[in-house]
Amino acid sequence: MTAAARLGGAAGLIALVIVPFVASQYVLHIAIQILIWGFTYTAWSLMGRFGLTSFGHGAFLGIGAYVPALLWNFYGVTPWLGIPVAMAAAVVMALLIGYPSFRLRVVGHYFALVTLALSQVVLLSLVAGREVTGGSLGMTIKVVHSWYALQFGQKSVFYGVALVVWLVGLVIWWRIDVGIGRVALEAISEDEIAAASSGINVMREKLRVTVISAALTALGGSLLTQYIQYVNPEVVSGVAVSLQIVFAAIAGGMGTLLGPTVGALFTIVLNESLRVLFGTHFIGAANTIYGILLILFIIFMPQGIVGLIEGMSARAARGADEAADAAATR
Amino acid sequence: MDIFLLEAVVDGLLLGGVLALLALGLNLIFGVIDVVWICYVELVMCGMYTVYWLYAYYGVPFPLACLAAIAVVAVLGLAVHRLIIEPVLGYAPINQLLATGGLLFFLQSFATLLFGTDFRNIGIRLSPIELGEIDVSKARLVAFAVALIGAGGLYLFLKKSFLGTAIRAIAEDREVMGLMGVSQRGIYLTTSAIGGGLAGLAACLLVLQYDVQPFIGNSFGPITFMICVLGGLGNMIGGFAAAFIMAQIISIGGYYFSIEFSYVLAFLLFIVMIFVRPQGIFSR
Repeated sequence: MTAAARLGGAAGLIALVIVPFVASQYVLHIAIQILIWGFTYTAWSLMGRFGLTSFGHGAFLGIGAYVPALLWNFYGVTPWLGIPVAMAAAVVMALLIGYPSFRLRVVGHYFALVTLALSQVVLLSLVAGREVTGGSLGMTIKVVHSWYALQFGQKSVFYGVALVVWLVGLVIWWRIDVGIGRVALEAISEDEIAAASSGINVMREKLRVTVISAALTALGGSLLTQYIQYVNPEVVSGVAVSLQIVFAAIAGGMGTLLGPTVGALFTIVLNESLRVLFGTHFIGAANTIYGILLILFIIFMPQGIVGLIEGMSARAARGADEAADAAATR
Repeated sequence: MDIFLLEAVVDGLLLGGVLALLALGLNLIFGVIDVVWICYVELVMCGMYTVYWLYAYYGVPFPLACLAAIAVVAVLGLAVHRLIIEPVLGYAPINQLLATGGLLFFLQSFATLLFGTDFRNIGIRLSPIELGEIDVSKARLVAFAVALIGAGGLYLFLKKSFLGTAIRAIAEDREVMGLMGVSQRGIYLTTSAIGGGLAGLAACLLVLQYDVQPFIGNSFGPITFMICVLGGLGNMIGGFAAAFIMAQIISIGGYYFSIEFSYVLAFLLFIVMIFVRPQGIFSR
C-alpha cells in the first residue's frame, strides 16, 4: 500500500465515523443500506473474482435473514446466537453444493445454474412454509430495542454496527488478497489442471473462499433483517436478489477491495435518485434505466467502475513516467 | 387409482407440453450458440403482451395476433443476438449470461413502466373437455399438441433442410465450419430469430392459460433453464423428455404436498442430477 493510499484510507475512515453526527436521518438510512449491501457484495466477490460466479447467494442471504428472525420471534433466542447459527447453516449448505461442484468440475454457466437452483429451493421453501414464515407476505420481527435483541431505536447506533461489520468484511477480503491463497485461486481460475499439477490443492482453496463467502453473505442478510425489522422471501432470496448481488459487484468492479461497495453505492444512490426524480408515477422507470446500464457495463466495462478508474490512473501514471523519461533523455 | 391423482398425472402431462415448448427455443440457442438467454421467458412475456394488446385492445383476430407476436419476438431475438450477445461473444461465457440478465431487468421493468403490474387476462376461456370423470383443460391440450408439432417441425428442419444441417454443423465444430465457408454470424442470427419465434409461439399458447404480467418470467424462467440442462444441452429429445419428467414431479408433488414444495423437489432433483449426470440424463 502506498503512502497516498494509506492517507486516503485514513481520511475516508474519519469521514465515515463523522457521518452519523452530521447526516440527516434519511442520509443515514441510505448509508446503512450501502454498508450492509456493500458488505454482502464484497462477500460475493470473494468467490466471483476467482471465476466462481454464483447465482445462488440469495440462498445464503435468505438463510441469514430468516433463521435469526424465526429463532427470535418463536423462541426468544437472541440474534447474538441466531446469527452464528444462520452462518453455520449457510456454511453447511455451501459445502453441500460446493464440494460436489468442485469435485465434478461444474463450472461456468453450469455452476451459475446449480447455484440458481439452490436459491430457488430456499425461496420456495420460505414461501411453502407460510404457516411459520408468513409466506410471500413476509414477517415482521418482534420489536424490542436493546443490544440483546440487536435492535436500536437510533439509526446512528445501527450505522456504527454496520460500519464495523463492513470494515471486517474489507479486512477479510484483504487478508485473502495478500495471502498465498489468492495466487493459488488465480492460477485455478486461469487453468485448473495446470494449477493442480503444480501442487495447488484446488479443492481446498475453492472450498475455503466459498465457505467464507457464504457465511459472510448470511451475516449480511441477518443485519438487513435486524435493521429493517421485516423480512420478505422475494427481497432476500430467489433469482432477483441473486442477480442484483452479481450485478452490483460487477458494476463496482469485483477484482478490487472497494469495488463491490462502490457497486452498492452506485446502485442504491441511482435507485434513490431515480425514485425521487420520477416518484411513483413511473414505477419501473428506475429499474429500466438500471437494466440498460447493466447491459452497457457488461459490454463496455467488464472490469467495473473501480477497475476502470484504476486502469485510467495507471495509464496516467505511466504517461507521466514516460514524459519524465523523455524529459530526462532530452 | 385415485381420481385426483389421475387428474394430477394428466395435468402434469399437459404442463409438460407447455414446459417443453418453452424449453425448445432456449435449447436451440443454448445448443448452437452456447449462450444462455436468461431473459428467454421475458421474451415470451413480450409476445404475450403483443397478443394481448392486438387481440383484446385493438380487436385483431386471434390467429393474426399470434402471427404478429411470433414475428415481433423473432425480431426481438435477432436484436438480442445482434446488440447484446455479439459484443460479448469473445468474453468469458458467464458475461453472456450476465448481459442477458441485464436485459431481463430491463424487460421486466420496462413492461412494468408501460403496462403496470396488473394481471391482464385476454378473455378467451376454452371450456374443459370431460374425459370420463376428469376434466382436461383444452388450452393445455392445444399447447401440448402445438409443442409436439413444434418440436417435430424443428427436428425435421434441423435434420432435412440445408440451413438446419449448417446449424447443426456449427454447433458441432465452430472453428472448422468457419474455414469451410459457413458464415457463423449468419447461422447465429438465423438461430436467434428461430429461437425468438419459438418464444413467440410459446407466448400465444401461454396467453390462453395464464394472465399476462411483467414478472411471469420469475415463475417459468428457472424451471425452463433446468429442463434444458437436464435434457443435455442442445439435445432436443432430451429436453422434451426432461420437460415431462419435471412436469410430473411438479404436478404429482403438488397433489401430495403443496405446489411450492413440489417445485423445491424439482430443483433439488436438478441439483442432484447435475452431479450424477452432468452431461444430461439422456446423453450416451
